[in-house]
Amino acid sequence: MSTSTADLQALEQSGARKRAVYRWILYLILGLFAVYYLTPLYVMIVTSLKSMAEIRQGNLLMLPEALQFDAWKIAWSGRGYDAGDVFLRPFFWNSTKMVVPAVIISTFFGALNGYALTKWRFKGDNLIFLLFLFGCFIPYQAILLPMARTLGLLGISNSVGGLVLVHVIYGLSFTTLFFRNYYVSISNEIIKAARIDGAGFFKIFFKILLPISAPIIVVTVIWQFTNIWNDFLFGATFSFGDAAPIQVALNNMVLTSTSVKQYNVDMAAAFIAGFPTLIVYILAGKYFIKGLTAGSVKG
Amino acid sequence: MTLWLQRNLPRLVVAPSFAVILWFIYGFVLWTIYISFTKSKLLPKYEFWGLQQHFRLWSNSRWHLAVENLLVFTILFLVLGIFIGILLAILLDQKIRAEGFLRTVYLYPMALSFIVTGTAWKWVLNPTLGIQKVFQDLGFTDFTFDWLVNREMVIYTIVLAGVWQSSGFVMAMFLAGLRSIDDEIIKAAKIDGAGLFSIYVTIVLPMLRPVFMSAIVILCHISIKSYDLVIALTAGGPGISSDMPAVFMTQMAFHRSEVGLASASAVVMFATVAAVIVPYLYSELRREDVH
Repeated sequence: MSTSTADLQALEQSGARKRAVYRWILYLILGLFAVYYLTPLYVMIVTSLKSMAEIRQGNLLMLPEALQFDAWKIAWSGRGYDAGDVFLRPFFWNSTKMVVPAVIISTFFGALNGYALTKWRFKGDNLIFLLFLFGCFIPYQAILLPMARTLGLLGISNSVGGLVLVHVIYGLSFTTLFFRNYYVSISNEIIKAARIDGAGFFKIFFKILLPISAPIIVVTVIWQFTNIWNDFLFGATFSFGDAAPIQVALNNMVLTSTSVKQYNVDMAAAFIAGFPTLIVYILAGKYFIKGLTAGSVKG
Repeated sequence: MTLWLQRNLPRLVVAPSFAVILWFIYGFVLWTIYISFTKSKLLPKYEFWGLQQHFRLWSNSRWHLAVENLLVFTILFLVLGIFIGILLAILLDQKIRAEGFLRTVYLYPMALSFIVTGTAWKWVLNPTLGIQKVFQDLGFTDFTFDWLVNREMVIYTIVLAGVWQSSGFVMAMFLAGLRSIDDEIIKAAKIDGAGLFSIYVTIVLPMLRPVFMSAIVILCHISIKSYDLVIALTAGGPGISSDMPAVFMTQMAFHRSEVGLASASAVVMFATVAAVIVPYLYSELRREDVH
């Protein structure tokens, strides 16, 4: 009798030890992956704070000996001479001027479309939604050439306004999808009651649906903001020189082959270009993830 | 009149957006398809030229290289992205301390653009001052890591950076899937004496089939469209060794005055995406109808 309890205890102890080892391995693997994901960010930041001499002497992972903010100054506002001095400040504002109207307009129309397609069903509405939905997936290479010609004909190629138009058009599919999936889950009874009370299309939208749409508006705005801020293909194809958005300017900056490569300036510039979306992600990660998974068709 | 307006208001509200979608997506795609059947060079010409551009495309060795690279990239990107995504999701689902922090760390690359991603990795992989130097400083003086300038290996640098950017997203999708599974199922299997590993392989993962589908479709979609990352990381080089269809298309369209050929390549990309997406959307929407 006493031996069997001792056996049981030993068994339990070895089980506990085994579990402890498992936990340890678990955290080790998770930690290693955290290192993999964080390394480029770490390298970006420490490199941007070093001088070029220090970069050449030491290696990627070393901490800077003294914090040097020169690279940040050069990346943001240049060296102060004219020829070939590419810096991000004007392009940061280009992107801001592009992103704000494009996000607002595409989100507004997405909300209206989603509302009309779910709460006022009409013949063919499902087909229309399907055609919107497929628009989320088309490879933009199939529309680049005609779009470039159209912008030329409208006289708005190589302008921030032209890019706003492009981003609104190709964002509509996503914003409509987001709002449609959100409004589908909202009870039709409220709408019916409001209609019996004599409320019309717009009154129901502005007075009843919009006030309860905050979560999906946040998701959509974050999604659109991230995509438009991070866009390179449209920016590089439809703009050049002064009208380019920040991602295009960053790429040009890194590619500009001056006699000496300024890795610290490149890294400061990359960090500046990534900073706005990174901040949005850190502050509103929950909504960011919702947008990503809503992108997989179902809300 | 007002009654007519009231009845048709929903249609009128959707109409402008729908017209825009019809014209700027479907109209433009049709235009591109037509142009791929013409002799267009610097400017579009509308004279029919049959399948000549498509023949030219498929006898172009650079296009073959681009398609090969895309295949290698897509397969590795999918396999590694999904493997890492599932692994991290399962590990995070074991009642981990600091789960929120780790999730944030795994997913933040998704917030960065491919240009930022490419710029950062280009520096990390720098053949003289990058990782190579770190290992040499550690005492491995013979260590070389030159993938970025090595024609044979350069495609794998794109995989490395692509997986870094997107695998956290796969993790988030699978984690959401795992959380939606009833704990009782796993508990019951444990009581039956099944090991944790076999519970996941035989019971849990098969239940996440829809998540697999979504992850595959989204990753395929990212990889077929991949343009920014290639441009920022390798610019298609060295030479043209890391060319991809999207890079080929823009090169032909905007630098080589081969509008017809570029359109033909765009049509192939479009058809490939459609072949993946249309059945997926069809099954998704049918599932929705059943519910």
